[in-house]
Amino acid sequence: MSNTPDPMAEIRASFFIECEELLEALQDGLMQLDGGDGDAETINVVFRAVHSIKGGAGAFGLERLVRFAHGLETVLDEVRAGRMHPDSEALKTFFVAADHLSDLVRVSRDDTPLPENQTADLLTQLNRLLGEDAASIDPLDEVEEDIDFQPMGLSLDLDLGLPDIGIDIAPPQPARYTVQFRPAPELFETGNEPFLLLRTLDQMGDCHVACHLDGLPDLGDLNPETPYLGWTIDMTTEADDNEIASVFEFVDGLCSLTITRVDGDAVVLSAPDTAESGDAGNPALPILDPAPFPPLVQDPAAAPTPTDPPQRPDDGPAVDRSPPTGASAVNAPAKPASAAANSVVRVDLDRIERLVNLVGELVINQAMLSQSLETSGLSPHSDAMNGLEEFQRLTRDIQDSVMMIRAQPVKSLFQRMSRIVRESSAAVGKDVRLHTEGDATEVDKTVIERLADPLTHMIRNAVDHGLEPTEMRVAAGKPEQGRVRLTAAHKSGRVVIEVSDDGGGINRSRVLQIATEKGLVAPDASLSDADIDNLLFLPGFSTASVVSDLSGRGVGMDVVRTAIQALGGRISITSVPGEGTTFSISLPLTLAVLDGMVVQVADETLVLPLNVVVETLTLRHGDVEQVHPRLNVVRVREDFVPLFDLGEELGYRAGVKDYEGAVVLLITQDNGANAALVIDKIQDQRQVVIKGLDDSFYRAPGIAAATILGDGQIALILDPSDIIANATGPGGLSVPASINQETPPQITGLSL
Amino acid sequence: MKDRQQSSNNSIELLTFQLGDQEYSLDIMSVREIRGWARTTPLPHAPNFMKGVINLRGTVLPVMDLSQRLGLEARAHTNRNVIIVVKYEDVMTGLLVDAVSDIIALSDDDLQPPPDLSGSPSPNVVRALTLVGDRMIRVLDLAAIVTPSQIIAA
Repeated sequence: MSNTPDPMAEIRASFFIECEELLEALQDGLMQLDGGDGDAETINVVFRAVHSIKGGAGAFGLERLVRFAHGLETVLDEVRAGRMHPDSEALKTFFVAADHLSDLVRVSRDDTPLPENQTADLLTQLNRLLGEDAASIDPLDEVEEDIDFQPMGLSLDLDLGLPDIGIDIAPPQPARYTVQFRPAPELFETGNEPFLLLRTLDQMGDCHVACHLDGLPDLGDLNPETPYLGWTIDMTTEADDNEIASVFEFVDGLCSLTITRVDGDAVVLSAPDTAESGDAGNPALPILDPAPFPPLVQDPAAAPTPTDPPQRPDDGPAVDRSPPTGASAVNAPAKPASAAANSVVRVDLDRIERLVNLVGELVINQAMLSQSLETSGLSPHSDAMNGLEEFQRLTRDIQDSVMMIRAQPVKSLFQRMSRIVRESSAAVGKDVRLHTEGDATEVDKTVIERLADPLTHMIRNAVDHGLEPTEMRVAAGKPEQGRVRLTAAHKSGRVVIEVSDDGGGINRSRVLQIATEKGLVAPDASLSDADIDNLLFLPGFSTASVVSDLSGRGVGMDVVRTAIQALGGRISITSVPGEGTTFSISLPLTLAVLDGMVVQVADETLVLPLNVVVETLTLRHGDVEQVHPRLNVVRVREDFVPLFDLGEELGYRAGVKDYEGAVVLLITQDNGANAALVIDKIQDQRQVVIKGLDDSFYRAPGIAAATILGDGQIALILDPSDIIANATGPGGLSVPASINQETPPQITGLSL
Repeated sequence: MKDRQQSSNNSIELLTFQLGDQEYSLDIMSVREIRGWARTTPLPHAPNFMKGVINLRGTVLPVMDLSQRLGLEARAHTNRNVIIVVKYEDVMTGLLVDAVSDIIALSDDDLQPPPDLSGSPSPNVVRALTLVGDRMIRVLDLAAIVTPSQIIAA
């Protein structure tokens, strides 16, 4: 085995990707078992996942991973065999073990150290599960002998590293082969010449060639472009059957070929009709045998003529390359498994990013084109305009498809959260069960990645603060086991993720007391329940009177909210005393495009996210009422809505004196309340590509991002809720006046 | 003078430009490109020297008025104004100047430290001074100009 480091690293990398999938399957299976809806197949899946990880790990010499996986596997095997019926305690251990297994996979991948004792502890625990009657795990002995077992379900590549599989090249002994070779008619058509092949064989060893003339017709019927002859070559050579087969590499499928080791079995059977299927079966046949080809192949005389079909890949003919040592069976069974899963393509994220960027440019370009066509005064019914419409539709389709590539189910995220629940509930000594729903909901990959931290925090909060201690639950007549629900669903073009617990709900008087103590709220303020709940999002707020291990490290819900807002999302909170608290996050499906309303304010073009715009109004005389000098409201049917002048709030111009005839957008804010924004003109409603603003120098309040318009100008994308929260004008008091809004310094390094 | 430049190992090339009647310069290695004046999209509530953002081939480039950044008087912009696109620590920024004059090569020996400005309220953004002929050219410290920590002082 003389593998260059590169292919090995690649295979190693693909092993770890595979591990991720296997770990996911493992988690899934355990969840099913835990939920009581697992069957015999479930435990098989779980077992296989661990087994495959062990197999791959063995191939790469990841001894610690092998040892632990082996321990876990042994216990799972007992369950699989029906000798053991896991109770909830055992399942808990399995979960912890699975978590640890994924830790081990990670540290093996990154080559970082992990304290050994945890592995040992868990192995002891697993051992205990086996009880006295079952065979206990002997982590060292058994593994050693088991290391070269046959990995199941893993792709063939992994066999590469198995140390003693016997692919090593022993000094070749001359052996006798019988090669039967009969060209098919197509062989000549592709410019091949049997003579050259025979000559190459001759150079490989001692050859006796017998020619079969039986197919030769009468001279009159002979077509000079059709091969009629066949040959049987008896050869004694040091080369093995692979090398012999490689001589015929370029005529593979164009002849019938049998290579038989005289003292062994027929090794190669290749005929025109079977060659194709043989090829398809081994698409990813690894180059197992890095031993150099004999130089004869490179011999100019034997080299393929330029007319040779170039489509023959150089990964060899459809030959089972296993050495004829009896180990050939090792490779075979793993193939069908990988064939079933090949409807999935793994693509480098960078490539997708590039595609997304290109599509973004396409959208901008299309906007430019339509703008210039419109200004050129073409009739809307001209061919050009019709074609443009078609183009727009196509662009949109392409965009949607590209976004779908980036979309991923939130399942992996949810699985991480179930681990958080296990760990955090163990840390605070509560019995908690996580219910997840909608884990097939697909969200942009970036959103998922950036959601992990805030969600972790919320889950910890729910376990630590949301759920009452067990005694209190019992006293309240609730089941001992606390419930945390994590759900995801698509709702009107956004993703809504909810974290809810069945705890005691928000203790509003306590929240208010803390907020007052910390000076966040004036003591005499009268706040609604929703207002009090929203106090949780204020910076520097923490209700836990005792700082626990889990939460209360000074990182509060305000950080969660900031993170969600940075994703273009909103977070809201509802709580029912005695019944629990629900945090609801609403997120855009993608971070790359936005359906926007393009408006004009004081000669500046601005974009508002379309989904916040509820309706548009034109103000008439008497619609606007002044509540006090700094607050105007507009009456919309039954409601009074605070009115903000966008031009003034952004500092583009002085406030409008007379609102009559002004165009107003009614928008909905994060907290569900409506607000009205005065603008100058509505321009358009269209999809815009979100361009991040580099705000390392200056972060403008109320600005979420930017986009490039059809004319190449940049338009800012507004965050209306932020504008209103920072409002200074006549409407600047939409937030309860009593809350000292501590606006963080605007010059920050936060990037969007 | 030419000979000295070539013999010196520590020669630097500077892009010189006009701000009003003064001449400034930046290390040319930090300059990515020079663009003509384009209308900027203003950012709300930005400091006065932040002119806004422009579209630089698909990316959003913040532009600051260098005169105002240095505390000089703001002037009306003409079409002859140019934007020098600089890159500092992977962040691109546009600097609006009156006009670009020249590229000069100097050795480090030609640079003189600026007089102590600790008494001055304006940020110390001039790294060195140099004389070319009878013109005094100020060599700017790009880091001080585009790093946010300096804004508060500005």
